[in-house]
Amino acid sequence: MRKRPAAADPPTLTTDALAALNRSGLSRRDFVKGAGVLIVGFSVARASRILASGPAAAQNLGVSGDQLDSWIAIGDDGRVIAYTGKCELGQGLYTAQTQLIAEELAVPFDHVTLIQCDTALTPDQGTTSGSQSHPANFNTSNLAQAGATAREALLRLAAERLQVPVEQLTVENGVISVRTDPSRSVGYGALVGGKKFSLQLDSGAKRKHPSEWRVLGKAVPRSEIPALVAGRFEFVHNVRVPGMLHGRVVRPPVVGATLVSVDERSVGDLPGLVKVVVKNDFVGVVAEKPWQAIQATRKLACKWSSGLGLPSHGDFHEQLRHQTPTRDTLVVDSKDVDETLARAASVLSATYRYPYQMHGSVGSSCAVADVQGRKATIWSATQAVHPLRQTAAMILGVSPQEVRIIFKMGSGCYGINGADTVSYDAALLSQAVGRAVRVQLTRRDEMAWENYGYAYVIDQRVGVDTQGRILAWDHEAWYPTLGSRPRSGTPGNVVTGFLAGFKPAVFTPRMPAPDPRGAYRNRSNAAPSYVAGCVGGRCGGTGTVKSERVLTHNVRSPFFTGPLRSPSRLQNTFAHESVMDEVAAQVGADPVAFRLDHLSDPRLIEVLKAVAQKANWDTRPSPRQGIARSGVAAGRGIACVLYEGDNGYCALATQVEVDQDTGAVAVKRLVAGMDCGPISNPDGLRNQIEGGTLQGMSRALLEEVTWDEEKVTSVDWQTYASLPLGFEVPEMETILINRADVEAMGAGETTITLAAAAIGNAIFDATGARIREVPFTRERVKEALASRAAQSSGG
Amino acid sequence: MSAITLTVNGRSHTLDVDLTTPLLYVLSDDLELRGPKFGCGLAQCGACTVIAGGRAIRSCVTPVGTMDAADIITLEGLGTAEKPHPIQRAFIDEQATQCGFCLSGVILTAKALLDENPKATDEQMRQAMSTVLCRCFAHVRMLRAIKRYAREAGV
Repeated sequence: MRKRPAAADPPTLTTDALAALNRSGLSRRDFVKGAGVLIVGFSVARASRILASGPAAAQNLGVSGDQLDSWIAIGDDGRVIAYTGKCELGQGLYTAQTQLIAEELAVPFDHVTLIQCDTALTPDQGTTSGSQSHPANFNTSNLAQAGATAREALLRLAAERLQVPVEQLTVENGVISVRTDPSRSVGYGALVGGKKFSLQLDSGAKRKHPSEWRVLGKAVPRSEIPALVAGRFEFVHNVRVPGMLHGRVVRPPVVGATLVSVDERSVGDLPGLVKVVVKNDFVGVVAEKPWQAIQATRKLACKWSSGLGLPSHGDFHEQLRHQTPTRDTLVVDSKDVDETLARAASVLSATYRYPYQMHGSVGSSCAVADVQGRKATIWSATQAVHPLRQTAAMILGVSPQEVRIIFKMGSGCYGINGADTVSYDAALLSQAVGRAVRVQLTRRDEMAWENYGYAYVIDQRVGVDTQGRILAWDHEAWYPTLGSRPRSGTPGNVVTGFLAGFKPAVFTPRMPAPDPRGAYRNRSNAAPSYVAGCVGGRCGGTGTVKSERVLTHNVRSPFFTGPLRSPSRLQNTFAHESVMDEVAAQVGADPVAFRLDHLSDPRLIEVLKAVAQKANWDTRPSPRQGIARSGVAAGRGIACVLYEGDNGYCALATQVEVDQDTGAVAVKRLVAGMDCGPISNPDGLRNQIEGGTLQGMSRALLEEVTWDEEKVTSVDWQTYASLPLGFEVPEMETILINRADVEAMGAGETTITLAAAAIGNAIFDATGARIREVPFTRERVKEALASRAAQSSGG
Repeated sequence: MSAITLTVNGRSHTLDVDLTTPLLYVLSDDLELRGPKFGCGLAQCGACTVIAGGRAIRSCVTPVGTMDAADIITLEGLGTAEKPHPIQRAFIDEQATQCGFCLSGVILTAKALLDENPKATDEQMRQAMSTVLCRCFAHVRMLRAIKRYAREAGV
């Protein structure tokens, strides 16, 4: 009988993961099989069932389809393993979560093994995105609460063992001792002993107060960095499975083309070619070596239909306004905006435009899949392992219980890059050949078909009274979408799923928009910071303007779209913080003072003031006086926001120099401030602020997806620009406002939200020219400077 | 397919490969090295950088057949996580990365320049880095780490 190679013993762990577990001396399976363990999960019943069913069930944990719900396990040697559904994407979350567990359990940082994002091992926490990991795992639920639950349980066990009340115990380095007599002590391992404890997450367990923190709140160096700088880190790109083959895909040449035929004879003589794979409009090849697969895709003769044709790039934003059908949403509507604007002393109207932009990961997306019969294992850099399990199962036509998704870090993603789509590519190719297949996209395939960040056109009308106070704010926006993150039932939300025959999520028109109901939500900062945000008589905004209307129109996009770092929040905030500056200039007010006059939220006020102070803000109206009409002009700009209305207070001050002869903008100084509650790791937070702000600067100055009549033309780094390491990096300062007695908020997507507005406002301050369209290319700057000249000579 | 001998990180390897294969694939797939990475395949981003004959080159567009007898150093050829090279040490000390995918381009391009010219000016460094991309934009820390290395090791 042929011996089946370890398919039943699933190809579950890569060499590195195995090594890591071996080093820790434990695995979850070992825990469950082992002599003693304390597990904290969602429900006692489920954990007990797993424990009771013994080693066999434990062996199958990875493929049995059990909803995994355990957060922490402590072995009888005192070691701690924690399980999280929020993954390391380069943002430092692995380290911060390890700190969190070490803190709550009072064990050294290196005694904690964190297992992240594996559908066979970790809880379903949806997607690692939207600056939601801190709110989810660092407050009073999930991972943090599991830590507190375990500590309190261990203290109770120790109180029994040592015959003293819990209040008299203290815990350090995994050892619980009597405060007044440290010689009476017991370690976690001894407490667990040979027994099995299964605890339910206790919502009443008390988290440690930040004033007691010893590990959390400190600038602990990131766990991955030594391996990263030494070229030893195992990215998803480095996953190697025995017998693995290499695949490549062939995407349609133009948007909307469908496959007519494939002539396999065109590659018949290529060495190493294993198979040409076709499924509906999905085409790929599998070969022994990557170079062979590349040559095969170049040579493969495919006949495609003509495309759908694309709207012209030049007036795309204007077309959005007239596109039907639309899905309309009223975020707020005080029902008096038109009347209030009619009686305002003056009304400023302005339109802002934002292009499609891309995630543009520096490494093109990659995945490895091993599909054997009806079982599949996929190593993926997805932000969403459990959702991907569902949709990959649909792609493969197998049960989700038979699919395991193992997260391996990819190149920084900043939202939905190609990680999900390439996971489908690898899965389809592996299924076709019955062997493990690795796929990495070409640069062109990554860029031409990813889910772009949304284009926007936004009309703003802001009315002021005779005292220069804002009376009413009217915001109307149009933005196109197609697809998004694949969710249950929508693998067609990304290109591979679409080509393989699945439709993107259905677009449901809604006209007119229903009145806002329920609690106020600012819906991706569609509502500006300066409105009161009142729905049903209750106000949840951060500002004072009571006459408010925010209306958005979602329309169909010709390209796939999806969340790109600060999705919609960035576009909306660019328009809000720019027009706020325009109004301040119109009434002759200082931009910081004018903002403060219209804010009501004390934390937003504080972060704005702190940044202005650090930036030595020169209090006066913009633009500055005595601007020469040529040569280099310098100016300063400001912007602030409460990200998503409830998830991170931030402000950003910029200093720029504008070469008025060439239109070149040089950002000289950035001062960013952040209040996201109690800070888990100040250095990690600074790293996020610095990177996010500069990424926002690159997006503001350079980045724009372009296309011709039938296809995207931004397909490499010459046709889609990104600020390289070699540009003149501005001086960068960060201010962290650390607050102990509030909930943890997000920080990953905060300051990027402000960069375009703060830079645009500084350009205006320097030159008197307002640029209302991103990116601020030299041409656009020169155009704005020229129109400034025309205005002043005409009026 | 033809036989070729490559010297990579001080070790000699004899391989039977198609000589038109870009060096990157031989390093990452035949030799299973993790330092050099495929970013664009067009010599535009730097992720595939290795040092050959003292110069930083883009292995994604360099046919392996041209590398016979060359001395190739990849990111893992500098040092290990436990015993990092001084420039790697500087990146650890400054926590100068986020996802880290671009590090071969950043570290090896800077090292090759500073090896050749320890007193390289800011402008020369900018020139060398003009086609090195980091999309996490950890620029502030990376440039600080490079300066730290130049200061501490270059003098």
